[in-house]
Amino acid sequence: MTVLLDVADVSKRFSVGSALGPWARLKRRFSGGPEQLPKVYAVDDVSFVIGKGETVGLVGESGCGKSTLVRALTRLIDVSDGTIKLGDRDLSRKAARVFARDRDRARIQMVFQDAGESVNPRFTGFDAIADPLRRLRKLRGRALTERVETVATQCGLPLQLLTRYPHQLSGGQRARVGIARAIAVEPELLVLDEPTAALDVSVQVVILQLLQRLKKEIGMSYLFVSHDLSVVRLLCDRVLVMYLGKIVESGPAKDVFENPLHPYTQALVAAVPRLHDDGVERLRLDGEPRSPIDPDPNVCRFYGRCPRGTDLCKTTMPMLRHFGARQAACHFAEDYLAKPKTTT
Amino acid sequence: MTAITATPRPEGGSAALFKHARYVVAENPVTGFAFALFVLIVLAAVIGPSIVPYDPLASDTAQALKPPSAHHWFGTDQLGRDVFSRVVVATRLDFFIAVASVALVFLMGGLAGVAAGFFGGWTDRIVGRIADTIMAFPLFVLAMGIVAALGNTVQNIVLATAIVNFPLYARIARAEANIRREAGFVEAARLSGNSDWRILAFQILPNVFPLLVVQMSLTMGYAILNAAGLSFIGLGVRPPTPEWGIMVAEGAAFMVSGEWWNAFFPGAALMIAVFCFNLLGDGLRDMVDPRRRT
Amino acid sequence: MKAASALSVEGLSVEFRTRSGIVRALDNVSFAVEKGETIALVGESGSGKSVTAYAVMGILDPAGKVTAGRATLDGLDLLAATQSQLADVRGRKIAMIFQNPRTALNPIRTVGRQIADVLIRHGNVSRHDAPEKAIDMLRAVGITDPSRRAGAYPFEMSGGMCQRVMIAIALAAKPTLLIADEPTTGLDVTTQAVIMDLVNDLAREMGMGTIFITHDLALAGQRSSRIVVMHAGHVVENAPTAELFAHPRHPYTAELIAATPDSAANLDELASIPGSLPDLRRTDLPPCRYSERCPRKIDACVQPLPHPAPNAVHFVACWNPLPAGTVSVPTESAA
Repeated sequence: MTVLLDVADVSKRFSVGSALGPWARLKRRFSGGPEQLPKVYAVDDVSFVIGKGETVGLVGESGCGKSTLVRALTRLIDVSDGTIKLGDRDLSRKAARVFARDRDRARIQMVFQDAGESVNPRFTGFDAIADPLRRLRKLRGRALTERVETVATQCGLPLQLLTRYPHQLSGGQRARVGIARAIAVEPELLVLDEPTAALDVSVQVVILQLLQRLKKEIGMSYLFVSHDLSVVRLLCDRVLVMYLGKIVESGPAKDVFENPLHPYTQALVAAVPRLHDDGVERLRLDGEPRSPIDPDPNVCRFYGRCPRGTDLCKTTMPMLRHFGARQAACHFAEDYLAKPKTTT
Repeated sequence: MTAITATPRPEGGSAALFKHARYVVAENPVTGFAFALFVLIVLAAVIGPSIVPYDPLASDTAQALKPPSAHHWFGTDQLGRDVFSRVVVATRLDFFIAVASVALVFLMGGLAGVAAGFFGGWTDRIVGRIADTIMAFPLFVLAMGIVAALGNTVQNIVLATAIVNFPLYARIARAEANIRREAGFVEAARLSGNSDWRILAFQILPNVFPLLVVQMSLTMGYAILNAAGLSFIGLGVRPPTPEWGIMVAEGAAFMVSGEWWNAFFPGAALMIAVFCFNLLGDGLRDMVDPRRRT
Repeated sequence: MKAASALSVEGLSVEFRTRSGIVRALDNVSFAVEKGETIALVGESGSGKSVTAYAVMGILDPAGKVTAGRATLDGLDLLAATQSQLADVRGRKIAMIFQNPRTALNPIRTVGRQIADVLIRHGNVSRHDAPEKAIDMLRAVGITDPSRRAGAYPFEMSGGMCQRVMIAIALAAKPTLLIADEPTTGLDVTTQAVIMDLVNDLAREMGMGTIFITHDLALAGQRSSRIVVMHAGHVVENAPTAELFAHPRHPYTAELIAATPDSAANLDELASIPGSLPDLRRTDLPPCRYSERCPRKIDACVQPLPHPAPNAVHFVACWNPLPAGTVSVPTESAA
């Protein structure tokens, strides 16, 4: 499998509170307080690859850092550490501020969660889809119109809807506009940030099947971010599970869901409502996640909330270890490897 | 998610706006009234000077201080000038002051505010300090000061009004730009290859404009009152130019002796105009704010 | 209607006046909830499930109007009650929790105070005892360190915690009926599970009836003993959960199940629902609002829909339902 995207040791840290101005920093130096503000470790030392033609899922609860990671990958924000290599080129070397004008901008695109939010309310469907074509492909006039219409048809959007504004479109139609805009420039990697979260289940089916088809037609790789594990299971080849800024498990989607190795993944899988519940008592994950601010590098991020917490867990951070095609960051992952279907 | 399937009515932006405008006006008769009044004022400003019965500057001391009659609908002032003609002709000047002030403050405050909200950092700090400095003064005193320092011409009155209203516009524009800075469509625009400046000009500004338009209508009323106030204390327009404020100022002295029409009619005109602009502001806000639509 | 019903809704019809016409949001909706029972109102957007709840609570948008029907709670018809009767009943007998806990909580009042307010107004608790009881409520909904948290403001708490506070407020006066309108949409799935466990446990302890409104069929199935499926303002099917999933009789229900990701092994197996919602502003709506998109439509479908029989265990509003006892969906989801 050819590697398309190689993410290595990426971290992103944010200072808590507003950045100190020069005067405040001076005062701090004299008052003896720490010159640096505490930091939120939104993404902490994340590494993974996406192959050509693969669909990789990214799951995790809110606050796990997946939004931040996604924004770093799509070069909307800069990383604090690490490299993001697309093909041969390390994209992280160019600042996010100026990346909009970069020649590789079109290679990574994104479909947003709420197409109503991500399309300018004053833009018609046509304007929205035409924008990247104008800026990145320099198309104008007749060529532009033709391309927009081709893409719209490819996404199942009737041409007469192109003159409408987002608020005049249904949820499914808006989603199609968002997708059409993202694929218009034929990206190599498409990041989908919960693209069907706001849609009815019947519309979701159609959109997911559309995404499946487009992937083959255009030959893209997908990074599919979602909290809905049932959808991730259907669409993704591989899945990454994030918790508090770290990847805690990864592997083929089927394996991860049938036999999760990390306790957090186990709790996640156990919490998903199933149509056919066998009524078995499920593992329940209570409490709040640990603070992401200046976390102790020696304590497992899941410690305290994990049903299983030993002294080892609070003195040594578990590293992501390989088990064949799978990886898990838990000292006790082997124990779960042996189990067939898990219910606890 | 819309519950009702969108009906096939492809509407362009202006067609939809017009239709909605008609709806708002129909729903709320007061807004309709304000619109009608506004049209009347504009008409008076544009064609008024051409159709008034008397020359507003022509004095005829023999006819001084005559009460309202068939010849002089609003009576005459102390120099025998027809009050009606002066009130109508003054509309043009006052309206011009209102429109010019508002246009100027929109450009200054709107652009500064949007830049401050979008870029943050030093731009935000500088604009913020300027706004704070202006707000530190009682606004009318500041207007007085500016006009007194620069001389009382119409241009300076317009400038003073614009400066005094700058913080308000900058603040509104800044708040809107700040909210939208993180909006999904701004990120999408970056992904589509738009530089920050393009986003500011083509994505943010069009969204900020409607809110400022509502404010502009209200500021028009304020601008006229400001000019009138300045004229009242002698820092505004100079006689014999007909302007509502100065007419009220000159006519006030005669109220005591019973010649009420000198001050009353220009005062009433002032009141009606400001009233109209304020109502217009309400109506515009209903039109512009989609959340208030049922 | 069933005996010992906490709430009995009969023939509820609601219209909304909009600038593009009258929307017939609900038409002849009937169902009942027994004391201690949890039922789910399931439907996609536009089905009218939230409108039903809002109508029962008397908090419809001013543009909405109840045009017919009764909602009987302990002998009182909520739809015909006066404002003061309603104010008395809300909180004490019937309570509601909403989708977004942050907007449902008062941002400038501490959570302890908000719970105490309900206790004083509806719970016959004195001003003196209320703060203490409020802390007890916080503990009951699983908030750690409740005495400290009672003095916190909503913005200081996470989404899951706010939702718990909302539940505490709703249950403080021990109502006989709880309406939960998409209470976990927007929460993480792990938090969702915990919150739903909490609601179920408390409901069971208090013998409270619960109406759980959701678009998530799997979640509804997991949490309720009976499911009421709604489509375009109609109740199309009403059956015990296991029965509904094993033998759905209404074509829409079957399609809904087939469209739920959990029911398929891979993407190609997933089926979308044909057609689209009818425009509820139409004056020529057919009696069965699903008929225009229904693959099983027959001539008889132009008649008005059947009414639920008083003791019907499995009601379906259809003239050509799927045969009873037919397995139309896989009984076991793969993986």
